[in-house]
Amino acid sequence: MRSRRDRLIALLMLLPTFILLGIFVYFFLGKTVYFSMTDWGENPAQPALSETVTRQNVGLQNYENLLTDVIQSMFRNSLTNMFFFFFFFVVGSIGVGLLLTIILDQRVVGETFFRTVFLSPMALSFVVTGTIWRWLLQPDGGLNYLPTVFGFAPIHFNWLNSQEIWLQFTWSIVPRYLTFAGFVILAFLAVRYALRQEKRSAYLMGALAALVILIFISGLWDRIWLPLDAPEAAMTLAPEGFNAALVGIIIAAIWQMSGYVMAIFTAGLRGISDDLREAAQVDGCGEIKLYTHILLPQLRPLMISTIIILGHTSLKIFDLVFAMSGPDNARTVVPGILVYTKGFRQNSFAQASTIATIVLLLVVIVIVPYLYARLRTHD
Amino acid sequence: MTNRHYSGVTFRKYTIRTALYILLILGAIIFLLPILVVVNTSIKDPASINLATTWRFPDHIYWQSYSEVMKEFGPRIWNSITLVTNSTILSAVLGSLNGYVLSKWRVYGERILFPLILFGMFIPYQAILIPLFEFMRDIHLYGGIPSLVVIHTIYGLPITTLIFRNFYTEIPDEMLEAAAIDGAGFFEIYRLIVFPLSISGFVVVIIWQFTQIWNEFLFAVTMTTGASEPITVGLAHLAGGEAVKWNLPMAGAVVAALPPIIVYVIMSRYFVRGLLAGSIKT
Repeated sequence: MRSRRDRLIALLMLLPTFILLGIFVYFFLGKTVYFSMTDWGENPAQPALSETVTRQNVGLQNYENLLTDVIQSMFRNSLTNMFFFFFFFVVGSIGVGLLLTIILDQRVVGETFFRTVFLSPMALSFVVTGTIWRWLLQPDGGLNYLPTVFGFAPIHFNWLNSQEIWLQFTWSIVPRYLTFAGFVILAFLAVRYALRQEKRSAYLMGALAALVILIFISGLWDRIWLPLDAPEAAMTLAPEGFNAALVGIIIAAIWQMSGYVMAIFTAGLRGISDDLREAAQVDGCGEIKLYTHILLPQLRPLMISTIIILGHTSLKIFDLVFAMSGPDNARTVVPGILVYTKGFRQNSFAQASTIATIVLLLVVIVIVPYLYARLRTHD
Repeated sequence: MTNRHYSGVTFRKYTIRTALYILLILGAIIFLLPILVVVNTSIKDPASINLATTWRFPDHIYWQSYSEVMKEFGPRIWNSITLVTNSTILSAVLGSLNGYVLSKWRVYGERILFPLILFGMFIPYQAILIPLFEFMRDIHLYGGIPSLVVIHTIYGLPITTLIFRNFYTEIPDEMLEAAAIDGAGFFEIYRLIVFPLSISGFVVVIIWQFTQIWNEFLFAVTMTTGASEPITVGLAHLAGGEAVKWNLPMAGAVVAALPPIIVYVIMSRYFVRGLLAGSIKT
């Protein structure tokens, strides 16, 4: 019916997209990974910006330096910041977004108006949001002086330049935390599969959990991280923790993105049939129980998508931090910023590529299973 | 509801409702407050802006900050307009054709090809930035708006393809088959049936791409320099200095925010559809 010729044209129409994305996504990603294993920008004899620069392969040297070298504490600090930003931003946005969803689900007057207001920050650039909040968070004004409008004393929190660090730890302990977290997750999965009678998966997870413990006991793990455990290193490694200067940035991010969460959950709630609600109400289900027992459990797959989308936004966050505290603020630095400063300011292209590759790996861990599951359930 | 319980139930319902509205209005005020403060600061006389009086209204309205910002922003606004117009149209047209092929022409290997396209919208752009810079330098596009047009067109393809593909799956296949039997080929079917039905799809995509590209910063700050930078970079530079005169960045923020906000307020239904396209449906 549809001719061979037309099918060929159809295929040819996709070709430009494939060539373009093939080069600009996959080839470039590969190149970044390759650059991360070279000395581009590290070798004084080779000017980094020269068009005829030669790059020596150095294996995983850049990764080792960034993770263990004493002078690279800024990178490790950026990873810690990213972790705390990720956690509080995701929890905060979902909390606020969920609250807005439920309130607006009560058939209120002016619903459209309120929805428009709560979602409006999503139409702004992160740079605009950052500029606005930077002004609001000035130490001797803005938010700190809001209480004076009502006759109270001003607050004195040094939002974006606070030097306080909460929940302190040293970097050398991180590998142990990671091992422990890995073990707990694998053991949890093993138990869950065992309870579901899925024997093969349960054994696999159990074996992996045992392997993690074995590697840890065998001392191999410690040998990999030896530079961190050397006594002199422990003395010079700067303390890590939740930098108080991040709080303002997290608030601004929640302000911008919680309307998005509201939009997603509202669409989800609309997808649940009214029959279900009515049936629950006929059965004497109270308002609160209706949400906690009936509606929210239905939204669980949506919750996972939302966590993944917000999570991957926070892994690559750049513009908001840039506009709020500048690219050179050591307290609020994130990997996304470091790629920019190391690559485009200091011409340390290999180091910038290494950081970019680490961010990419984290995003891939989050996104690929998600894409896989989403496309599979759809078919 | 029986009469006996009537008054008790209404009273309880009444208090809950009141609490609900108080919460809602409070929430709306919190959400709007930053925007009001910015507008308020931008129309104050710079001499009277000091941190302690952030929350007071101006004595008189001072418009000069805006004319000063427009002098600074003029060429940058033009850069942003050129950039947004070109890459929005290009990525929308290509995305529409891709969506048409992927939803209506059973292409061999589609189940692998489509996720490969989609993955492009989730990558952290930092991870392609350095090869991209090298590439743009080598083809002598680095530093200008044309490089950004190319970049935003290409990295916009995954989302535009996704939106159009979802949009076109709702056009019944029978319509296309009927046209094919009448002898319509690939392009006729698109021109006579698919395209006329996809106007609202185009509206969603164009609004989405417009706001995204207008607001974008990472590519803008790394690929352009000086006079060729778009408005977001102009704003970051205006606000980034050490001794900041706050009236200017605030007026700048208003100017940079205005186009997407106007589009959002007028077309919020379409904006939300674009927003949800990347998150729920596939």
